[in-house]
Amino acid sequence: MASNGSLDSAIPGGELSEKWTNYKSKANLINPANKRKYKIIVVGTGLAGGSAAATLSELGYQVDCFCYQDSPRRAHSIAAQGGINAAKNYQNDGDSVYRLFYDTIKGGDFRSREANVHRLAEVSVNIIDQCVAQGVPFAREYGGLLDNRSFGGAQVSRTFYARGQTGQQLLIGAYQALEKEIAKGGVTMHKRTEMLDLVVVDGHAKGIITRNLQTGEVSSHAADCVLLATGGYGNVFFLSTNAMGCNVMAAFRAHKRGAYMANPCYTQIHPTCIPVSGDYQSKLTLMSESLRNDGRIWVPKSAETAKKIREGQLTAADVAEEDRDYYLERKYPSFGNLAPRDIASRSAKEACDEGRGVAKTGLGVFLDFSDAIERLGEDTIRARYGNLFQMYEKITGDNPYKTPMMIYPAVHYTMGGLWVDYNLMSNVNGLHVLGEANFSDHGANRLGASALMQGLADGYFVIPATLPNYLASVEPGTVTTEAQEFVEAEKAVKDRIEKLLSINGKRAVDSFHRELGLLIWDKCGMSRSKDGLEEALERLSEIRKEFWENVRIPGSGEGVNMELEKAGRVADFIDFAEVMIHDALDREESCGGHFREEYQFTKNDEDVKSGYTNEGEAKRRDDEYCYVSAWEYKGPGEKPFLHKEELEFENVELAVRSYK
Amino acid sequence: MINKSQMNSLGQSLLNFWRSSIGKKLIVAVTGIILVGFLLAHMAGNLLVFQGREPMNDYAYFLHHFLHGAGIWLFRLVLLGAFVLHIVTTICLVRENRAAREERYACEATVKASGSSKIMIWSGLTVLGFVIFHIFHFTVRVDPDLAAMKDPLDPSRHDVYGMVIAGFQNPLVVLFYIIAVTLLCSHLRHGVASLFQTLGFRSEKTRVAIGYLGIAIAIILWLGFLSIPSLVTFGLLEDKGAAIEHSSHSTASLLKC
Amino acid sequence: MNLTLKVWRQAHANDTGSIETYPANDIPEEASFLEMLDIVNERIIEDGGDPIHFDHDCREGICGMCSLTINGVPHTKDSGITTCQVHMRKFREGDTIWVEPFRARAFPIVKDLMTDRSAFDRIIAAGGYISVRTGSAPDANSIPISKDDANDAFDAAACIGCGACVAACKNASAMLFVGAKANHLNKLPQGEPEKDKRVLGMVRQMDAEGFGNCTNQYECEGVCPKEISADVIAKLNRDYAAAATREAVE
Repeated sequence: MASNGSLDSAIPGGELSEKWTNYKSKANLINPANKRKYKIIVVGTGLAGGSAAATLSELGYQVDCFCYQDSPRRAHSIAAQGGINAAKNYQNDGDSVYRLFYDTIKGGDFRSREANVHRLAEVSVNIIDQCVAQGVPFAREYGGLLDNRSFGGAQVSRTFYARGQTGQQLLIGAYQALEKEIAKGGVTMHKRTEMLDLVVVDGHAKGIITRNLQTGEVSSHAADCVLLATGGYGNVFFLSTNAMGCNVMAAFRAHKRGAYMANPCYTQIHPTCIPVSGDYQSKLTLMSESLRNDGRIWVPKSAETAKKIREGQLTAADVAEEDRDYYLERKYPSFGNLAPRDIASRSAKEACDEGRGVAKTGLGVFLDFSDAIERLGEDTIRARYGNLFQMYEKITGDNPYKTPMMIYPAVHYTMGGLWVDYNLMSNVNGLHVLGEANFSDHGANRLGASALMQGLADGYFVIPATLPNYLASVEPGTVTTEAQEFVEAEKAVKDRIEKLLSINGKRAVDSFHRELGLLIWDKCGMSRSKDGLEEALERLSEIRKEFWENVRIPGSGEGVNMELEKAGRVADFIDFAEVMIHDALDREESCGGHFREEYQFTKNDEDVKSGYTNEGEAKRRDDEYCYVSAWEYKGPGEKPFLHKEELEFENVELAVRSYK
Repeated sequence: MINKSQMNSLGQSLLNFWRSSIGKKLIVAVTGIILVGFLLAHMAGNLLVFQGREPMNDYAYFLHHFLHGAGIWLFRLVLLGAFVLHIVTTICLVRENRAAREERYACEATVKASGSSKIMIWSGLTVLGFVIFHIFHFTVRVDPDLAAMKDPLDPSRHDVYGMVIAGFQNPLVVLFYIIAVTLLCSHLRHGVASLFQTLGFRSEKTRVAIGYLGIAIAIILWLGFLSIPSLVTFGLLEDKGAAIEHSSHSTASLLKC
Repeated sequence: MNLTLKVWRQAHANDTGSIETYPANDIPEEASFLEMLDIVNERIIEDGGDPIHFDHDCREGICGMCSLTINGVPHTKDSGITTCQVHMRKFREGDTIWVEPFRARAFPIVKDLMTDRSAFDRIIAAGGYISVRTGSAPDANSIPISKDDANDAFDAAACIGCGACVAACKNASAMLFVGAKANHLNKLPQGEPEKDKRVLGMVRQMDAEGFGNCTNQYECEGVCPKEISADVIAKLNRDYAAAATREAVE
């Protein structure tokens, strides 16, 4: 059933370290006078979309930019706390472009494309220069130079940060650049506007259909190419650290129009989130992974003690040092509490599955700063993490200076996304995908502080260089919204809205979303199994059926109607979940964010016997699964068709990932 | 957006300054400084009343005759200009501010605003009313009895000392004076600290000192200005050699002006 | 918990709008304020009504989208938090809670509690940036910036553009917002060349949008979820005076 016929990743030839330079020297260019004839649609204003729209406008293209929020500054990149990686080696601790490349490939469990990742590591240094010049207030040392900190999955300090608000500061930088271009007239900004469909004319993406969320008006927008920078699909789990509005609609609509969805089963579960407290909960809050620099993660050695803590008979302080299990330090002595996210998350789940969880619900482990406070003093800890501690206290009512925090993993980032080639173009001509919305750079797992790097790399440096390659091959302005394809797509969008409004059932949209989320979290969350996934597929079709018969959307399509917006998104999440589960079923191995219970190291494996890795660790199957899964939409309720892009590793040796 | 051609015109720049909210605020602050300076000087002059008739009347004579009598008019002109500008500008600001929130909150609350800051326009307008009264009372002297008072030591000049004490014999005048000066000091408690903020001197280092300065000036002026009518009322400050007999009837009629 | 809500309902921008009363019963204490509204809305929908519309997105206090005036105070009386970080444990059984939009002429109401804060975007577009063409930047460490200056710039840059400062100010003034951005960029050597242009441009746009004037009551500072100090307004005033003077005479 699989083929690899139509996937050309367009990787340039030559040495890995020279591919990008060679590419840039040889890529097509567009004459400055002609640039303004091209119109580019950018959907999304996060780090990738915002920086792309601003930069393309600076270059002279006409840009039409869309976001669903009330301002481009609110995109969810803003919530990234920890930092942004760059191979500057300002710390003189042995970092290099190659090392950042290697760490990212290894962190991604050898499921990403070498050429893309190397390019990412190369441009990382330019990103920092660009952002500093824009006025991003990165942390500095007393001498006035930039400060760095270390982050999970790396043994060098290469993370640039702006307190716990790095994403915010970077996004505001991109937003300001975007506003500057809006004032100049290069970018037309469409706020509170959601993309509801992609329009493909003769095999080329030529525009989108949108709904103005304020007036309800559905309209068509034509352009010479379309850039999607619409983020990830983490909200398929309902509870995640994503913003409430984050959704997969734009990417999924593109998928339905022919774009392949790649590796949707790779979802990242972040280890340091505040545990769930009840079923009313609408979202989860992440606390920066940087907390793991000084906090020690532990649970009691015995389930008995843990039970007493859950019931309030004991507190953390009552547990003697020798009765505590600092499980990450025990299992991964060289990385300890800084083990990569997937490993830290799964270890927390294991501990809780063993009945050693300490939160009331049983799902939570301690993150303890008492040692660090004793060693460095409360003031130092306050300077480093004050805002995070404060946030924790506001949400939970507990003071982390006095009692250990409780954390539990939560869905945070999705490595999968629309398939793109080296140019960031999907298999649909002219449809380019940037940032979290594409699948390209993080493989099966993303390292901390790499999402911001990728978003800005794509927007500031990659797409401005690769887009002319496509544009040079098309005449500007050949398609208008008069085209039959636009008329049909607009009608289909209106019909779907009508259909949703006419169901008039009994259940609110959120109740479906919650049901879907719980199902996906249980069956396709931190660990997956064939039986569970197959069961989920069945349940999914029941949820879909019930949704289309019993959802209740008050009001009309005119004006603001938040329930209608949510309904469209949840309907697509339901359909998207199906692709995700098919992908998880197909991938009969464990790698990064995808852990199949059937594929883990056992005590009989050589690597366990030799002490290289532990029993229960994820087991990759490189000979059979070293490929990117790219799924083609085959119609409603049909199983999507799998295309495979074989991954070739010429510069790194595939190894069992060990953080011992 | 600003371009260079706009920048070339001085008139345009001044107009822009007047039209901008910060420009108007700066005008209020600068005129505020002039008015506070006047108040401090005025209070210091008033306190000469405790020195007795001669120093007080000497001082008044000096004020009316320095620079051959032109000094006081120059001074009055500057003061009047500052006063009018202060009032006109603040009224403009208040109108703009009212327009900036058309619909008010059903549930109103504040977290930080001081009581004085909330009544600035009302304290200001009361002070305006008082100033008009005060000018008619002691400067224009619409009351013929007060106007006719002559210094017993030098009948060629006006007896300011006697006039002040006579003027405060009416409890209604004193009451109005107390209310107005109290509101004036409330106005200054916010206004003085505020002008430092508007002129850009408030910072983490100066914030506390500026707050205290506002309070201190308000208290000093309150004590200074009110000491005279209160002591007169309680009979602790008396005119031992009044030039004419005081008539409560005449000051009461003045209140109607 | 059982509570009574007094909520501003307004069907669309031109509707007159009014306060409506809703019961909010059986609310878990651990829920956030917005989760409480979610629960109330789910019940309204199931009873066939139109849910209460409000802006929200990240629900972790950083995107700046949530914007409710709770009991007369934008976000809430507690300092340093946004609406989405208000938790129900702060209220008591039987409380009546007033929920209104952020009110200002420059923030027209879209529906119920949602407002249009585009004016802020236009102010940023009028100068709230440093012009730097992508790819033209020098090495990041080529301009050392003292830690104190970087910290000051950061304190101002922490603004999330929520508009609580405007909503809290009795004059609906945007000076804290404008001051924060001007200070962030003016404080840095990179921002120096465009300083005057920035200050004049942003202040004029602010005035054109119909925001009121600052009367130094510091309500803005009191409600700012990022606790930005009104000192940024003092510096903006100073920078404006200098820029306007230079514009007039140079």
